[in-house]
Amino acid sequence: MANPHTNQPAHVKHYFVSSEQQFDAAKMGMWLFLVTEILLFSGMFVAYTIYRSWHPETWAALSTALDWKLGGLNTIVLLASSFTVAMGINQIQRGNQKGLLINLVLTFVFAGMFLVVKYFEYSAKFEHGLFPGAAFDPHGVSHGFDYATYNVPYGPQFFSIYFVMTGIHGFHVLVGMGLFAWITVKALKGRFSAEYYTPVENAGLYWHLVDIIWIFLFPLLYLI
Amino acid sequence: MSHSAPGLNYLNHAKGFKSWALSLDHKRIGVMYMVAVSLAFLAGGILALLVRLELLGPGETIMGPDAYNQSFTLHAVLMIFAFIIPAIPAVMGNFVLPIQVGAKDVAFPRLNLASFYIYLIGAAIAMTALVNGRIDGGWTFYAPYSTSIGNGILWVTSGVFVMGFSSILTGLNFIVTVHKMRAPGLTWNRLPLFIWSIYATSIVQVLATPVIGITVLLLFLEKALSIGIFDPALGGDPVLFQHFFWFYSHPAVYIMILPAFGVISDLMGTFSRHQVSGYKFVALSSVAIAFLGFLVWGHHMFVSGQSAVSSIVFSLITYLIGIPTGVKVINWVQTMYKGSVQLKSPMLYAIMFLFTFSIGGFTGIMLGVLAIDVHLHDTYFVVAHFHYVMMGGNVIAALGGLHYWWPKFFGKMYNETLAKIAAILVFTGFNVTFFPQFILGAQGMPRRYYDYLPQYEGLHALSTYGSWILAAGLFLIAGYLIASFFTGKKAGLNPWGALTLEWTHTTTPPDHHNFHDTPVVTRGAYDYHLAGHLFQNGGEVTELDLGGDGAGAAPEVAPLSHEPAH
Repeated sequence: MANPHTNQPAHVKHYFVSSEQQFDAAKMGMWLFLVTEILLFSGMFVAYTIYRSWHPETWAALSTALDWKLGGLNTIVLLASSFTVAMGINQIQRGNQKGLLINLVLTFVFAGMFLVVKYFEYSAKFEHGLFPGAAFDPHGVSHGFDYATYNVPYGPQFFSIYFVMTGIHGFHVLVGMGLFAWITVKALKGRFSAEYYTPVENAGLYWHLVDIIWIFLFPLLYLI
Repeated sequence: MSHSAPGLNYLNHAKGFKSWALSLDHKRIGVMYMVAVSLAFLAGGILALLVRLELLGPGETIMGPDAYNQSFTLHAVLMIFAFIIPAIPAVMGNFVLPIQVGAKDVAFPRLNLASFYIYLIGAAIAMTALVNGRIDGGWTFYAPYSTSIGNGILWVTSGVFVMGFSSILTGLNFIVTVHKMRAPGLTWNRLPLFIWSIYATSIVQVLATPVIGITVLLLFLEKALSIGIFDPALGGDPVLFQHFFWFYSHPAVYIMILPAFGVISDLMGTFSRHQVSGYKFVALSSVAIAFLGFLVWGHHMFVSGQSAVSSIVFSLITYLIGIPTGVKVINWVQTMYKGSVQLKSPMLYAIMFLFTFSIGGFTGIMLGVLAIDVHLHDTYFVVAHFHYVMMGGNVIAALGGLHYWWPKFFGKMYNETLAKIAAILVFTGFNVTFFPQFILGAQGMPRRYYDYLPQYEGLHALSTYGSWILAAGLFLIAGYLIASFFTGKKAGLNPWGALTLEWTHTTTPPDHHNFHDTPVVTRGAYDYHLAGHLFQNGGEVTELDLGGDGAGAAPEVAPLSHEPAH
């Protein structure tokens, strides 16, 4: 498998002098990318903080419109997926390709479950007119509860922030699924080994960030 | 690792459209960026000339108020997002940085190529605003005005969002390259100052750009879904938009000026034949500016209704930025004083920069003074200040860098006499264009206005005449640079007698892989006291033994033998 020109393993690109240098560079690049992700979300957290401090009564009233049970379920699902991706990295570090595959597939399935739950949450909101911004028009009765009571001042902003934050987060989950699908295909072809598993490691880092952001979103939106 | 045949270099080792369009070579990507960025500069420049022509006299001169508003807005969007931000990092940074650190490429060549296409797509999306509805509120897109005009804002915000990705990827690539791919012996204290400044720039790009990303995304949603975050009619806060916007856009002016500092440092060292004075101070002042740049955004908002305490704090921190900037200017002057200055055309731009940038910098501190800012806010004084730092800073430095690295890029020398004439035209035209605007602003001429009182006519006309001189200079540069491909003398290996790796350790134009062997660095980037016997104190070197068998003509910087590096 070695590259005849450089005496390096085949996965080492010609512009790197060693496998370690390539791994370190990729990992540092990923960490920098994660910093940009945090800053992207920081703008939304700032908007959340400001509007919450200005209209605490709206936030208190409308956070009850979100289903904490479904949110809690999704939290558990994401935590489980973070565990499986960490296990996957652990397995490939020991050279266990089968262990890696199982954990990658599990991670992918958990991510899919998260989005399915999110889909049901969103459609329940849309059904009763809980839209972001100008389209906000709560109506209808469900389980004896009249949704029109959610028609409070600044309600549209609460749902704007809810949908923008969870929507962008959901988009990141979707990207994560794409990543895991791609890595699973590579793992099936046996591309990873104890010597080379950089994409798995970096996708894992990304996935933990997606998880951590949800850990903040869940209590801020659903619980308080 | 192919040892290419003599005469083969990155330009001619592969031919055809695909070999360029899909190239992962940082040098080719740099050249492609140069073409794209030059086109953006041309388009933005033509718009600027039209705006100035309209302002030649009061009343309608060549266009109506709507066309005027759209012209200056698009001028700013193109110049800032499509030209100045990528100009030095993406063109010269891409080409020079990996060679200066002794690497064969950047850390992520595929991301590098992707960032180029993302930039093209973003610029194209932003340009479609021209035909997809009017966009005329200025480049700052202040809500709620920006969300009350046509759908052009949707296109412009999407374009800026996409171009932001390109900027982040470039910055990320450079940070990792500088950290992980330096040649053996190239310690941080030996890095060329150009690298230091690009490094500081990249940090700002990575930390600030995501914030403009989310800002324009929210603005997009404000327009598309009326989400009510920024629009006061829907319960939103327009000052929040200004905070978000300037949290990026103030650091962004350092994205624009820090690379210029790096180019000037390299020029000062090379053409003064002297170690750049206060090397560590010049290097770390870039990082200090990058850091402080994040803490001053509120000085754009003194009249927005933010609290008086915020304004005072922002004003004080703004003064602080003058310190690291002053450190640089004083050290450059000291370098010239101690050195032996050669007035080649790149150095003319470096010296020009000292004047134009210093005027821009000092007037920036004036604008940071609370009481003065209230008087000068949104006047031509701000316009003049901004152009003195951006054009007088970034563009002048970019021209200096372009003249400095042109022989390295393409292996051809341009006509030095024409270059000197053009430099004088640019300097004259620039000052005649923008200096009157300081006076106009101090007299109360508001920025962005289509029409003005007759009392301002003289200075406005002078400014417009200046823009013609400036344009003549810039077109002359374009002319002789293009002519150099056909009639230019072949450039020697190291026509300026510089000591950084792109001049001492690779061919001209560089080999496809940059180096046959990874260089080992044993000295600083500006150790010109060692250069006497090497380069005849700057005399042109035409032959430099770059053979892989030994040190050749550069014994202090021996190439590594065929051993695998460490």
